[in-house]
Amino acid sequence: MSQVITHDSEHDDHGPEQGKGFIGFAKRWLFTTNHKDIGTLYLFLALISFFVAGSMALVIRAELFQPGHLFVDPNFFNQMTTMHGLIMLFGVVMPAFTGMANWQIPLMIGAPDMALPRLNNWSFWLLPFAFTLLGSTMFHSGGGPNFGWTMYAPLSTKFAPPSTDFMIFAVHMMGISSIMGSINIIATILNMRAPGMTLMKMPMFVWTWLITAFLLIAIMPVLAGAVTMMLADRHFGTSFFEAAGGGDPILFQHVFWFFGHPEVYVLVLPAFGVISEIIPTFSRKPLFGYHFMVYATVSIAILSFVVWVHHMFTTGVPLGAELFFMYTTMLISVPTGIKVFNWVSTMFKGSMTFETPMLFAVAFVFLFTIGGFTGLMLALVPADYQYQDTYFVVGHFHYVLVPGVIFALQAATYYWLPKWTGHMYNERLGKWHFWLSVISVNLTFFPMHFLGLAGMPRRIPDYALQFANFNMVASIGAFMFGFSQLLFLYNIIATIRHGKKVDDQVWEGAHGLEWTLPSPPPYHSFTTPPVIQ
Amino acid sequence: MLNRFRASRCVVALTAMLLSQMATAATDNWQLNMYKGVTPLSHDMYELHMIAMIICCIIGAAVFGVMIYSLIHHRKSKGHVPASFHDNTRLEIVWSIIPFLILVGLAIPATKVLIRMDDTAESDVTIKVIGSQWKWQYQYLDQGISYFSNLATPYAQIQNQEKKGQWYLLEVDKPLVLPVNRKIRFLVTSNDVIHSWWVPELGVKRDAIPGFMHEAWARIEKPGVYRGQCAELCGINHGFMPIVVQAVSDEEFNQWVSAQTKVADQYKADQNNAVVQAAMTHDELMTSGKAKYEQICIACHKVDGKGMPPTFPALKGSSIAVGKPISRHIALILQGVPGTAMQAYKDQLTDAEIAAIATYERNAWGNNTGDVVQPADVAAVRKGDIQQPKMVNKAQAGGLE
Repeated sequence: MSQVITHDSEHDDHGPEQGKGFIGFAKRWLFTTNHKDIGTLYLFLALISFFVAGSMALVIRAELFQPGHLFVDPNFFNQMTTMHGLIMLFGVVMPAFTGMANWQIPLMIGAPDMALPRLNNWSFWLLPFAFTLLGSTMFHSGGGPNFGWTMYAPLSTKFAPPSTDFMIFAVHMMGISSIMGSINIIATILNMRAPGMTLMKMPMFVWTWLITAFLLIAIMPVLAGAVTMMLADRHFGTSFFEAAGGGDPILFQHVFWFFGHPEVYVLVLPAFGVISEIIPTFSRKPLFGYHFMVYATVSIAILSFVVWVHHMFTTGVPLGAELFFMYTTMLISVPTGIKVFNWVSTMFKGSMTFETPMLFAVAFVFLFTIGGFTGLMLALVPADYQYQDTYFVVGHFHYVLVPGVIFALQAATYYWLPKWTGHMYNERLGKWHFWLSVISVNLTFFPMHFLGLAGMPRRIPDYALQFANFNMVASIGAFMFGFSQLLFLYNIIATIRHGKKVDDQVWEGAHGLEWTLPSPPPYHSFTTPPVIQ
Repeated sequence: MLNRFRASRCVVALTAMLLSQMATAATDNWQLNMYKGVTPLSHDMYELHMIAMIICCIIGAAVFGVMIYSLIHHRKSKGHVPASFHDNTRLEIVWSIIPFLILVGLAIPATKVLIRMDDTAESDVTIKVIGSQWKWQYQYLDQGISYFSNLATPYAQIQNQEKKGQWYLLEVDKPLVLPVNRKIRFLVTSNDVIHSWWVPELGVKRDAIPGFMHEAWARIEKPGVYRGQCAELCGINHGFMPIVVQAVSDEEFNQWVSAQTKVADQYKADQNNAVVQAAMTHDELMTSGKAKYEQICIACHKVDGKGMPPTFPALKGSSIAVGKPISRHIALILQGVPGTAMQAYKDQLTDAEIAAIATYERNAWGNNTGDVVQPADVAAVRKGDIQQPKMVNKAQAGGLE
């Protein structure tokens, strides 16, 4: 086995030739089973989806620039909110982190490739088709799904447009893709670590992904079940979610949020991993409290399964349930707090420099913590009655997801791109990208807290005059943020095409197996396992 | 000199105007914080919100303080040499236990308020709130009053063709009238999809779930007008179903109750059918029909009558809207199409309004049938329907054969 691999890597560092011209190009990427190739595919898919779903957010913000009907009608507006949510979750954050897992996990644990390369190929190639299917709904008669990414029945069953069935099938495909990707990641981490790399020596990014993969395997079937019940209610005469037939619309919310809440941590745990890699590097100091970081991640993952009703406090769940889920939700801030305290302690008495990845990581710690604070406020049921389904919630989860997860993704891109391409990105442009992003992201999402507290419900295409000021501020911020991301795109392309060459180490303070390989690393990462002391 | 005097007078006048506007304006366009509200529960919610926010600010100040300190001092450019510590179990335990204790401190008042919120017993007035796409229906169960509350903002304002009023999108044709200082119990449910009945100043938000009824309560301490909106995405016009609550004294409330048509009386009037329907002219019908169409029908069937098929059928050129008999058209508006967003309008609209809408639909967008539907025609169909209700299926609705 290892002989064959060695043979490959000797004469071909740029992937196996599959013939000349377009056919050769298509075959090379379509049939590839290499973890780096597939990682690259995932990352490019995520990058494209980021701009697609981002433009949808800009359509939303353009319509909300001023009160009154401006550009799109309410039905199209609802389609935009739905698609923006679905694509950002399933098309941006999840593929981006899976792509990074593909690239980084073999490099970080000293493996030649992923454990199940063909499964890897399939789990990627399902996605472009799933998203084509999902995107096609926008062009169906009756329009695309318009009931929000949460798909609450009966709005998504009896009252939904026919294209909903396409969305359901697309969700099934994404689910299969995620489950297979997770199986692959678990198999890789558990079986292919270099000798001497015990579980408690693994880099944090690998740890967080291991836990995330288990979460995904647990929850994606639940989502599949929820949308299948939707399908059955729509076409096969069942009444899972209809009171008239003995069902309950709230059942949908229970099933959905049993998926939905751990999903939040699917998005955010790998981000924790990334930050736990970057902060030590640029603080030139080992991660503080590694063991507690691992325990905290595990406890967050376990707790995430018993908090789902906090999305449904106003639906009339009984008092006992409200109390239980309030306490569990509050409890989850303890392990999250541990993480933040450990990051701060890692920086404390370090020797910090502020390259672009570090800037994004520092902003992550600040702004994610703000999202965490509003999360704690939302956990208090009586106060939640005033927050639920308002812009306060929109502000809260965008703080967790944009300056949280998206910043972590961009930090990771700047951090590992030199390793992946062998070229350094443009630091000056990176800093511009950071400062523009961090200013505009706050301009966009901070006023949303005020709007929510003043009584603006979420998902409305038009609003009362008293909300006009902050909405205008948020829209201006959103456009600034959107266009700043073009710098990111340009920087990536420029780096790939003609960046300055970098050495193996890339970053002065970086530790870990990936930095022992050349930049870019050979097609098959570790053909002979490295030795870990 | 003169110029400067003028300029300063201008400034004074402007400031005075601004100040007076600030004093008289009922809304705060830069409102930052939650409403304190006018009920005991909303006060409790506000206090809990403030406590949580202050605690978060204190923790934030401590964490960010340490972080900013090291960001400033512990940098390589200042020649700071990195320390090598990377573990401290005692510290980890301390910063697990302290937040835990803070959480316990937060949970105690939250639990108390929550238990109080759950207690809907011994109410004085019971209101059944029914959400439907995209309006609220209020039923005073003890007083026998029932009516719909629709958005009152004209379509032209939404389309930016007219200046927007002060309560743009927060005004209704018939507000919910409630007595102050009484315990009011709300029973919230829905006819179609999930809505959420939310009035921030009352501290009430309750999801309206079709087939289920959930309770909430409020005791309003101050007379006034309180406004809210539907808080759960419920379809196209989710943003256009506001709630207006008018809190009045006991006497005013009783006066208002006695002035309302009771549900029972309405039925009596229907059965006797003694009311003689006045005939209306074509122009009258078209004008009022257009206004009503823009208020009620336009969300689905669109301004050009083309709808959004197949979910919302077109009216332009549809067999219902141009074909005969006209009674089929009227019956569809009266009875709706079960299981779709097309609801039965027989309780929501008067004969004259339905006649106007039908006339408008039969003559707008090139549907030039020249038909004139009179209120009496509607009354006839309505009466026939009461005697023998009949199902209107999807095929009759047109476009879904």
